Amino acid sequence: MSTFGEVVLRSLCVLIAFLVLPLLVGQTEHKLMAHMQGRLGPMYAGGFHGWAQLVADGVKFTQKEDIVPLAADKPVFRLAPALGIVSYLLALAVIPFGPHLVAAGITGSLLWVLAVGAIGTVGTLMAGWSSGNKYALIGGLRSAAQLVSYEVPLILAAASFAMAAGSFSLVSIAHAWTPWWLLWQLPGAIVFLVAGTAELQRPPFDMPVADSELVMGPWTEYTGLRFALFLLAEYAGIVVVSLVLAVLYLGGWTGPFDHQIGPFWVLLKGFFFAVIILWMRMSWPRLREDQLQRVAWLGLVPLALLQIVLTAAGVVLTT
Amino acid sequence: MTTRELTVGVGAGELATADMVLNIGPQHPATHGVLRLRVTLDGERISRAEPIVGYMHRGAEKLFEVRDYRQIMVLANRHDWLSAFSSEVGLALTVERMLGMEVPVRATWTRTLLSELNRVLNHLMFLGSYPLELGAITPIFYSFREREELQTVMEEISGGRMHYMFNRVGGLREDIPAGWLQRVQAAIDGVRARMPELESLLVGNEILQARTRGVGVLTAEAVASYGVSGPIARASGLDVDLRRDQPYLAYDELFAPGGPGRVVTRQAGDCLARLEVLLEQTHVGLDLAQACVERLLAMPAGPVNLKLPKVLKVPEGSDYVATENPLGFNGYYLVSRGDKTPWRLALRSASFNNVAVLAELLPGNLLADMVAILGSMFFVVGDIDK
Repeated sequence: MSTFGEVVLRSLCVLIAFLVLPLLVGQTEHKLMAHMQGRLGPMYAGGFHGWAQLVADGVKFTQKEDIVPLAADKPVFRLAPALGIVSYLLALAVIPFGPHLVAAGITGSLLWVLAVGAIGTVGTLMAGWSSGNKYALIGGLRSAAQLVSYEVPLILAAASFAMAAGSFSLVSIAHAWTPWWLLWQLPGAIVFLVAGTAELQRPPFDMPVADSELVMGPWTEYTGLRFALFLLAEYAGIVVVSLVLAVLYLGGWTGPFDHQIGPFWVLLKGFFFAVIILWMRMSWPRLREDQLQRVAWLGLVPLALLQIVLTAAGVVLTT
Repeated sequence: MTTRELTVGVGAGELATADMVLNIGPQHPATHGVLRLRVTLDGERISRAEPIVGYMHRGAEKLFEVRDYRQIMVLANRHDWLSAFSSEVGLALTVERMLGMEVPVRATWTRTLLSELNRVLNHLMFLGSYPLELGAITPIFYSFREREELQTVMEEISGGRMHYMFNRVGGLREDIPAGWLQRVQAAIDGVRARMPELESLLVGNEILQARTRGVGVLTAEAVASYGVSGPIARASGLDVDLRRDQPYLAYDELFAPGGPGRVVTRQAGDCLARLEVLLEQTHVGLDLAQACVERLLAMPAGPVNLKLPKVLKVPEGSDYVATENPLGFNGYYLVSRGDKTPWRLALRSASFNNVAVLAELLPGNLLADMVAILGSMFFVVGDIDK
């Protein structure tokens, strides 16, 4: 009974975090962007500074008609939004918020995050292919190209952190963290952040959904709840990438009074990265697909390899 | 019975590829209304492009023929809703020239001032919307802040924010309100002071440069053969500006040697050059408006319009007057048979010619560059379809 109850409790915690954190990031984006652009952003829903705007949006989306186009490959079309959601939900389950505060404590949690995180993009691919829409198809192809080129630097950058800590477990990596990493692992962190943003298809790497070219890319034909699930998955992706980066590069719960407020540090550090990802959207136009590939193969991959050499040298010299 | 062949293989030679015909528009986020482009795609590369126009055709020229000379003004400022004042001025000048009217000098300078403010408003609009097509969402809020400032003074004098309806045959509707010129001065100073913020988001941005430099190069020959005009033509090195070459209003004085007027040109002909021309023209427009304000402040009070007969009839004949609108040449060909309405009033609008060149410009480019090029042609759909 106790193990079963514990599993239920842990799953419930992950689910709540999964539903709350992306909304928090979304609301931050609304407000931050608005104030950067001389606007106020949401001000009415919920009373205080429009805090409930995204909840209201969610309610609105559930009420909309769920349209499946006649030309669509229907089972695939229906399944696609679920893929993104589930993959990030599974990834969130292994992120540690403290030395013992992790929903699913598995040893290879870094590998797990990378593996399930990549599935999310397949959802976009499925949506693009199954929609029976030319814009969606082009968007899907773009996201496929993007996925292929950005997995490599992402994994190489993650490998560097694993080497430095000598473990694939996020908990162990956070334990092994020292302030020296801020300098030593900086190139890897940059690669991880850029590749993660591209993986999430966030601006300036959002060509799969480029609204001025492809209407909404793979999401063009989606309505109602399924469309909302794609949006939720995108923001959940930001949460996962930011939290993983917080654990890998900023030592997770490490900080003053970390015995008492460890989870707070994880969230704060994750929030820092989330704001960077949001900020990129506000200040930059989007790259072209071939320029994006250039950034990946000529910029990020060499940088990540360099980081691995640097990490290896550091590990050999200090042990 | 036909035999069905299926070739399977690896490599471009063996794998069957098919071109995809994509209809961009009439409803599409990149077309600013209802322009339709039928493009044939090979992968993401455009092999053929055809602009299909006419979805917003409102029969403006026919409507001109059944309205008297006071009423057509309201139609003339509709087709290009971002250059309403400039279009009004062009029509007023046409009618006045056929009537042989001498417009009061105060009205002429006020018209020049408002035309330039209108030009700045128009350019600010495109400086905001063009980055939007490239995925940058912030510049438009910066440019709209400046637009708001200028629109406030335009609204104060004319009562309108877009369709000013401030021109009359023989001058302007009303005199300048008290203290208005100082408020225009303050608005110009404010916009000029804040322009660097907008500029740093545009030409100072590496991604924007990467997206626009060398993209959609328009040759001077294509410009000449398609009748492209305005900032787009000047970005390809064509040094043509009717304000200097065929001066109207007070432009002969403003564009005289030592005056604030200058014609902005670039040689590259790519999207970045077009954006740069627009940006620099905004500054020139502010300089010209400033000069007009100073001139008007020094001018004694006087009439701003002429008394017109109750029934205004234009003598028989025809005339063509072209003005340098923000987007290019805007011409009116007026044929009168001595009635109180035009017998024929043909409209030459800038965007129509500017968009026609797309069929030549787009093939060979990527779909992602299509929006970069389309946006850099700075068109208004109403100005295409009339």
